[in-house]
Amino acid sequence: MERVESYARMVDADNGIIDREIFTGEQVFADELERVFARAWLFIGHESQIPNPGDFFSSRMGQESVILCRDRAHRIHVLLNSCRHRGMKVCLYDEGNTNTFTCPYHAWSYGLDGALTGVPMQKALYEDIDRAKWSLVEVAQMTNYKGTIWATWDPEAPPLLEYLGDVKEHLDLALDCRDGREGGSVVFGGVQKWIVPSNWKFPAENFAGDTYHNPSHRSVDMVGMGPNSQKGVQGRHDNRLSDAQHLWVSFPGGHAVHSALKPESNEYHPSFGDHTAVEDYFRDSHEKRKARRGDKARLQAFVGTIFPNTSYHGYLPRSICVWHPHGPQTTEIWRFFLTDHDTPKDVNTYLRHHYMRYSGPAGMTEQDDMENWNYATAASRGTISKRYPFNYQQSLNKTQKNSAIPGCVSEQVTEQNARAFYRGWRNYMTGAAWGDICAEAPSPSLQAAAGDD
Amino acid sequence: MTNAPTKERLPRNLDYYDLKNQAEEFLYEEAELLDQRHFREWLDLFTEDLVYFMPIRRNVKFGEHSARENTREEQDINWFEEDKWTLSKRVEQIMTGVHWSEEPLSRVCHMVSNVQIVDVTPSLDAPSEMTVRSRFLIYQNRVEYESYFFVGKRLDRLRKENGMWKNARREIILDQNVLLAKNLTVFF
Repeated sequence: MERVESYARMVDADNGIIDREIFTGEQVFADELERVFARAWLFIGHESQIPNPGDFFSSRMGQESVILCRDRAHRIHVLLNSCRHRGMKVCLYDEGNTNTFTCPYHAWSYGLDGALTGVPMQKALYEDIDRAKWSLVEVAQMTNYKGTIWATWDPEAPPLLEYLGDVKEHLDLALDCRDGREGGSVVFGGVQKWIVPSNWKFPAENFAGDTYHNPSHRSVDMVGMGPNSQKGVQGRHDNRLSDAQHLWVSFPGGHAVHSALKPESNEYHPSFGDHTAVEDYFRDSHEKRKARRGDKARLQAFVGTIFPNTSYHGYLPRSICVWHPHGPQTTEIWRFFLTDHDTPKDVNTYLRHHYMRYSGPAGMTEQDDMENWNYATAASRGTISKRYPFNYQQSLNKTQKNSAIPGCVSEQVTEQNARAFYRGWRNYMTGAAWGDICAEAPSPSLQAAAGDD
Repeated sequence: MTNAPTKERLPRNLDYYDLKNQAEEFLYEEAELLDQRHFREWLDLFTEDLVYFMPIRRNVKFGEHSARENTREEQDINWFEEDKWTLSKRVEQIMTGVHWSEEPLSRVCHMVSNVQIVDVTPSLDAPSEMTVRSRFLIYQNRVEYESYFFVGKRLDRLRKENGMWKNARREIILDQNVLLAKNLTVFF
């Protein structure tokens, strides 16, 4: 109870004051594993990584290893990768195809559905073991949403779509085909995994729509590595959003995104210089999406975070990133890069190259993020520095309702998204009921108006 | 490239050792340029049609290594799949002085060893191209307390241009699965 009160005190989301302790404390981290990561929906992987029966991909939930696999009946499972006998990992591989997961320690073996199928010398040594009780632990709920696999350990958690609420429409911008067909994305081979000395919340907050950090990417913008940069154009982005109204939108549950709304004309802007095939592909996809989606096609993706630790880049680059908590000051980052299942090969070549030069530890943009997250974490642990909370007051009370866009919307750069993320975090950490976690948070402007009375 | 080359082993004669000296000298000069932070001069060691490639390594079942262990060039996501232009952009970025993951500059030391020539064209006594295998140990020390070791293998395709050796293709096999560094800002 004492800790519940202290978490409520550490995050004053309404006034934009957040204690540095939440980024470094051992106790905070231990509580996060229990209260956040054992309850929330977490991203596991993509069905395109396990197309055939017997295929598996080793993933993580919180600090724990899980196996994403497909059984003989094509059903997808997410299983805790730990033998029920002594806990050894039953799968030591990143991916592959198998009939069975056999523990290297004492050779208990399990089927693709997690069922305990073999106990050496069972008849002689175990009088009446009920094998059905000793299956691999399976997640409480698993959902395949447009190919992305999500799971939670909490049987009481609301269904994934309810958990996502209105952020779904923004996540769709990353998952749907470029030409507006629903779903249809696949993951490129090769998941980037790397270790960063940072608390997991810094990158999660960053991807929730911290557009203010753009100056830290000045070096890549100066040299230019965007689609037009071989023609000497500076910057790192395509021209898609040059005439769009940028929108920062936050939602109940701690989700938040940075998207943009094109004008009604929704014109395509050439971006790809001499890459004619790539230009034609994106122009064609844009026109087809307009034809399919009408006015809805004006909404364009940039970035977003699905609480707690799944983020996306929605267009160029286009990826799903997971911030796996290793410790209060260590995060293991996994990035899955997306493309449409039927993207032409030459366009995929262009996309892969762009993704690798933008994102990840070798990414000319993201390298500078890692440096920031590293040292922001380091500076949160000092006895003196911890006395001084962080300022999250940017564009306080500047949000509004937008008739076209559900959620709490800002049309200017804002930390409202971060405040919403930490409001969500506080709800989990204080043990809020699911109904409260997913409820519409009172908007700060309404609260301010009430205070004036 | 981790697999043994299928080509016949070159004879260890005087021509071989003379050529190996040239290859070693090339790689040592390169390491010196990098460690002295002469990045632009380092770029001059590469041909215009350079391919600079580093796959991601996976843990896979015995027997599946050739098929699954390394991500594939031109198909998968890799750590690096660069050409001369993008490599030069990486150099330019460091030279802006505001590339915060290399500002202040890291202290970097390249150790190169186990140099062997695995292939030569057209012949050892009149070489115009050769494939050179080596090992690297790169130490990066950053700001106050950060240090990273990158250890692995390289396969370089050296080509003679205007009487000088230049590198046309570098494959880098880093012996790590999860990258144990926050960034890959050093050159390999």
